[in-house]
Amino acid sequence: MNSDRRYPETVSGPFEEPPVRFTDREGRDIEIRPYDGSDEEYEALAAMYVEFDPSDRAQGIPPGREARVRTWLDGILAADCYNLIAWDGDTAAGHSTLVPDGDGDYELAIFVLQDYQEAGIGTHLIESLLGYGNSEGINCVWLTVERWNHAAVSLYEKVGFETTGAESFELEMAIRLAEDD
Amino acid sequence: MNVLVGVGSPTDSPAAIERTIQRAARVADELTVAILDPDAATDESLTATVTATLDAHDITATTRHIEGQPGSELVDIAESEGFDEIVLAGGQTSPMGKITIDKMVEFVLLNAHTTVTLVR
Repeated sequence: MNSDRRYPETVSGPFEEPPVRFTDREGRDIEIRPYDGSDEEYEALAAMYVEFDPSDRAQGIPPGREARVRTWLDGILAADCYNLIAWDGDTAAGHSTLVPDGDGDYELAIFVLQDYQEAGIGTHLIESLLGYGNSEGINCVWLTVERWNHAAVSLYEKVGFETTGAESFELEMAIRLAEDD
Repeated sequence: MNVLVGVGSPTDSPAAIERTIQRAARVADELTVAILDPDAATDESLTATVTATLDAHDITATTRHIEGQPGSELVDIAESEGFDEIVLAGGQTSPMGKITIDKMVEFVLLNAHTTVTLVR
């Protein structure tokens, strides 16, 4: 992507940090915690994405086939990325991730399994990821979102993202977690 | 079919350029490769990539260099010179793996009166 990306001047937050436990709007006990690198958690996440409704894909992710899901996960679960998983018992219900962009900042994405959407999990997943990122020394985070995806855009605006690029197919949004070093 | 390939958007990798030219060659009776970057240094490396691809796959094509706004130049050439299709690399992804469409590609998609193919 481009290294001349703009970021808001105002610092957002503070945000909650993982682990986070709450009861969602359907009465389910949800715990959000960092991915621990284990095979069990990897497989639970792979299962979530294999089950993912294709209509909820965004810009080609998650990929549609299990082999491609695993290749994609191998990239974003690498040691230089930050990943949170929302658990309903042993079921991965949601996932949020920060991936380094090569310019010192991070690209964010968030996915919530269809059965767990509109229950408040997405808000916790994104806020706790921003809190996690801030605690790990990340200053700026950006994302792209399809411009027709009003639910996602509203969620991002609610936590403090501002639209920084509107001239492409996708909206680019960015948030500042701390002043530049 | 008379096919115009555009290469040289900032995010086109050599592999993407090779894939795009190969795909275009499959459907083209006449193939033209337009190199879009007027900057001399990148133009040279783009030209080398294009030449290597044409040689490696035994593809016959006319190569030309475009100056000015690449998107509008491509659309203009396609219309004024009777091309049937524009082919571009269209599989760039963000660090996260999200497919992104750059401004030049979007301009061509929205303004071309020919078929536009994005190669992934």
